[in-house]
Amino acid sequence: MLDIINVEKTFNPGTVNEKRALNNINLHLDEGDFVTVIGGNGAGKSTMLNMVAGVYPVDCGSIIIDGVDVTHLREHKRAKYLGRVFQDPMTGTAADMQIEENLALAARRGKRRGLRPGITAKERKEYKELLKILDLGLENRLTAKVGLLSGGQRQAITLLMATLQKPKLLLLDEHTAALDPKTAKKVLDITEDIVSRNNLMTIMITHNMADAIRVGNRLIMMHEGRIVVDVKGEEKKKLTIEQLLQLFETSSGSQFTSDKVMLSK
Amino acid sequence: MEILEQLLGALPGTASQGLIWGIMAIGVYITYRILDVADLTVDGSFATGAAVAVVLILNGCNLWLAMFAAFIAGLIAGAVTGLLHTMMGIPPILAGILTQLSLYSINLKIMGKANQSINVNQTDLLISLRWVKETAFHNPLITVGIVLIVLIALLYWFFGTEMGCGIRATGINQNMSRAQGINTNRNKVLGIMLSNGLVAFSGAFLAQYQGFADVKMGQGAIVIGLAAVIIGEALFGKIFKNFALRLLSVALGAIVYYIVVQTVITLGFDANLMKLLSAVIVAVFLAIPYWKKQYAENHIRRSNRGKNNA
Repeated sequence: MLDIINVEKTFNPGTVNEKRALNNINLHLDEGDFVTVIGGNGAGKSTMLNMVAGVYPVDCGSIIIDGVDVTHLREHKRAKYLGRVFQDPMTGTAADMQIEENLALAARRGKRRGLRPGITAKERKEYKELLKILDLGLENRLTAKVGLLSGGQRQAITLLMATLQKPKLLLLDEHTAALDPKTAKKVLDITEDIVSRNNLMTIMITHNMADAIRVGNRLIMMHEGRIVVDVKGEEKKKLTIEQLLQLFETSSGSQFTSDKVMLSK
Repeated sequence: MEILEQLLGALPGTASQGLIWGIMAIGVYITYRILDVADLTVDGSFATGAAVAVVLILNGCNLWLAMFAAFIAGLIAGAVTGLLHTMMGIPPILAGILTQLSLYSINLKIMGKANQSINVNQTDLLISLRWVKETAFHNPLITVGIVLIVLIALLYWFFGTEMGCGIRATGINQNMSRAQGINTNRNKVLGIMLSNGLVAFSGAFLAQYQGFADVKMGQGAIVIGLAAVIIGEALFGKIFKNFALRLLSVALGAIVYYIVVQTVITLGFDANLMKLLSAVIVAVFLAIPYWKKQYAENHIRRSNRGKNNA
């Protein structure tokens, strides 16, 4: 379970650059919920995810994951509960380390890192099997540096890393946005597969309306730091892009304007 | 011919110095290459190691214990820089300069004066430049060579452990590291500590080798360390891929650096200009990757222009 309660965040308060990024956000997720998040630039989507991940502190409110209040836990402490994939394929992996080393780092998320071996022979075998499932031909390149891989391959590995230790919550921040359409589809397929196989509670930001509607069991739309649309279950399944835009306009009182979103319709 | 003979005669001494500085250069490699931080603490911690070891040895301390104490002193100096950076938000270069400056006073206090000699005739030492041509364990080439290999083996093991992998990941990608639950601040402090521990250890060897410790002996050490790292990579980077071999190539880089310095001096170059020469060499080597990239980009632009005109 995830509870975001009355969370607010203002960047650069008291300056000309003051930006109210999150305005009293409340969100409750149940076990196994898969929420897609959509919204224009500066709507607060990434800020919300970063608040949950602990990248910056909240101004007020609290964040509770599975009954644990993580509001004041530092980013690396909170990582124990979270799997994260970023928009930039460079962010999620260590380029100058081998594929297997990256996976081994992720396998120790939330555990004490002592003087035991950084990777064991048994792990290598497991990773090989896991990479086979991705079907990207990476199972024979365990010792290749991640920096040599394509963006799609890196995102797939980051997904694997995020879920190697089963997280309470998976955070996907436009993780297919930097990929070409074909690779984006492949990575999204892998995402759906991993999420359903592990029954993961997931929040996925996307700029693709069709994906937002098709994937997951709940959809929220953000505007100026608020959640303005929240559609679930059957209602979401029947939703069309036109209806979604309509919903947005009536609840936010403004036109939906995001070139990126509109172009990828 | 005469010059060649002179050079060959000086070679054992030159190589010994290179080996000693090789340990220091491995320390620089840990911060500069693994952590991706340019740490200037080393100019101070090198002399701190020397001062601690010399004072302890003069007071009758066991030689290896004195070396260990020098290592610990380096760890502490590194911890100060690391904490200045991570807990007080001071940029790493500046944090290193602050520690380095304060170490100058501390080193004076440790020794009680600016220069403390330690005479091999009166005191037993691990190594001395007098013994460079002897076939015995106390020959600096043998003692320092063995210590260097042990250190490389230990570092190879350490950077393969969970903690060591965490430090490497911190140096490569902090966002990813934190997302994987790695305490990046703690790892930066640990890395800078380890680096300065090695640097101080190396300083303790050099003081015994040359027979004195001096508050200024670390001046420009960072440049020599960087030179060794860069020369090692330039000469052996293509063939040495394994981590232990890369550390070895850094030590070999230090030896090559000292052979070049010795050659230049033997050829009659003004020794006072040595530091200038070192700085120029390091500057040029640091610039080469940048120039290469620029050249490649310009080359692409030019060849595209050719296409458009056709």
